[in-house]
Amino acid sequence: MSKGKLALYWAASCGGCEIAVLGIDEHILDVAKAFDIVFWPCATDGKVRDVEKMPDGSIDLCLFNGGIRTSEQEYMAQLMRRKSKVLVAFGSCAHEGCIPGLANLYNRKAIFDTVYKEGSTTFPENPQDHRPQPITDVPEGKLSLPLFYDTLKTLDQTVEVDYYLPGCPPEAKNIWAALVAVLEGKLPPKGSVIGLHTTVCDECPRKRSEKKIKKFYRTWEIIPDEENCLLEQGLVCCGIATRAGCGALCPQVNSPCIGCHGPNDGVEDYGARLMSALASVIDSQDPEEIQRIIAEGIPDPVGTFYRFSLAASYLRRSKAFGGDGAAAAQPTPLAAKA
Amino acid sequence: MENFEPKIVGFLCNWCSYRAADLAGSARIKYPPNVRVIRVMCSGRVDPAFVLKAFSMGADGVMVAGCHPGECHYIEQNYKAMRRFYMLKQTLVAMGLEPQRFELVWASAAEGQQLAEAIERMTDNVRRLGPLRWAENWADDPQREEALQHIVKEHEEALEVIS
Ligand code: SF4
Ligand code: SF4
Ligand code: FES
Repeated sequence: MSKGKLALYWAASCGGCEIAVLGIDEHILDVAKAFDIVFWPCATDGKVRDVEKMPDGSIDLCLFNGGIRTSEQEYMAQLMRRKSKVLVAFGSCAHEGCIPGLANLYNRKAIFDTVYKEGSTTFPENPQDHRPQPITDVPEGKLSLPLFYDTLKTLDQTVEVDYYLPGCPPEAKNIWAALVAVLEGKLPPKGSVIGLHTTVCDECPRKRSEKKIKKFYRTWEIIPDEENCLLEQGLVCCGIATRAGCGALCPQVNSPCIGCHGPNDGVEDYGARLMSALASVIDSQDPEEIQRIIAEGIPDPVGTFYRFSLAASYLRRSKAFGGDGAAAAQPTPLAAKA
Repeated sequence: MENFEPKIVGFLCNWCSYRAADLAGSARIKYPPNVRVIRVMCSGRVDPAFVLKAFSMGADGVMVAGCHPGECHYIEQNYKAMRRFYMLKQTLVAMGLEPQRFELVWASAAEGQQLAEAIERMTDNVRRLGPLRWAENWADDPQREEALQHIVKEHEEALEVIS
């Protein structure tokens, strides 16, 4: 049997997903036995032009991590899509935007202001207020940088995705299970998440007793006991709305789930599901008190309910900073700048 | 903006607010036709996802209306609706939504007049705010096409140089 062809690529992500692949330990040797790794910039020496020269659809499996923040990442998503038979959104960033997607609360201008103007460590001195330009003229010719978008998009908002592997990063055992599913041709229906279908609560050994709460605590405010459900102790535990598959890692070390495996089956908006569930545990019928409990206990609602999934949510981003609207107001064609 | 008529999605409880709207109709109480009514069995049935989806699909405002606290047909569900409402409202405001675009109203089956007034008030507020057009927030960058083509061109040129 000839070997399959495997590619891995990353876009707007932290790099953790690349390392998570190595978490499959000695199975990596099985991967090398079953696949030719044709492209994996993080670990092997391959070039984009090598991929460009491959026939379309010639890569059997591409694990793509990271969201799409720049034109270059969008180009690579399109390229990998064209060249791959099976494209997997690998990890939370590709799947639902993850932490880089939280920057959708702002826009390019606000992000650049933070980095190039107000940033105290990144760029302390920038008196001429230089900003990255898509095209810059230099005596030798034109230099180009990728265009930085106002809104980060998930992989499936950019190209068609065949499967999703959730997690920040995906668990090694789930990565290996997915690879085995590909090798054995036992993949679930196209478009599904490869993994479990229930919630983290189902994997969590803590005792639940339908207790309601009067106050949400921040994690640093209390040391929870190790027996009982964290949510019932007042910590915002997202296990109730999060897909199983990690074995309830965080609650097992006395830390609430923050939702890194995204929504479970049938849920389109993770935050909506979580808000619904949390609203049920608040023990109050008084509007004033309810508002106080929420405002004091959850001072950053978007970051709490959509920590990993803002870019994939129904609303995708904030309105406060507009979207590409800021750019739309005064379009400057690249050519005019060049 | 002068002629802007807001689109407001109203989730009305079958047992009270929906009947209130009905009553307002049969009693010929005038209220603006801006609310697209969706009848639900209880305000507690309104999943935050319904509200978010309505905004993402072009609603300029969303109203949830149910029985007065203590009078829910399903005992406590409108309290649940209330807690969800505040949770969702804080989230939406943090995302830049003007608070007037999302309202919770209690109206019993007999309060056609009150519901009509609430609708009128909300319609006025939203009309003043103007269209929401949430989905335009993530419209493609006007420079996107050009930037993508530029990459293609650069890569083609690079390939020529090598081969
Ligand atoms: S809410 Fe958290 S602590 Fe409670 S059972 Fe679910 S995962 Fe465990
Ligand atoms: S418990 Fe929650 S946050 Fe922790 S690894 Fe599992 S899904 Fe992720
Ligand atoms: S039945 Fe009207 S709000 Fe529950």
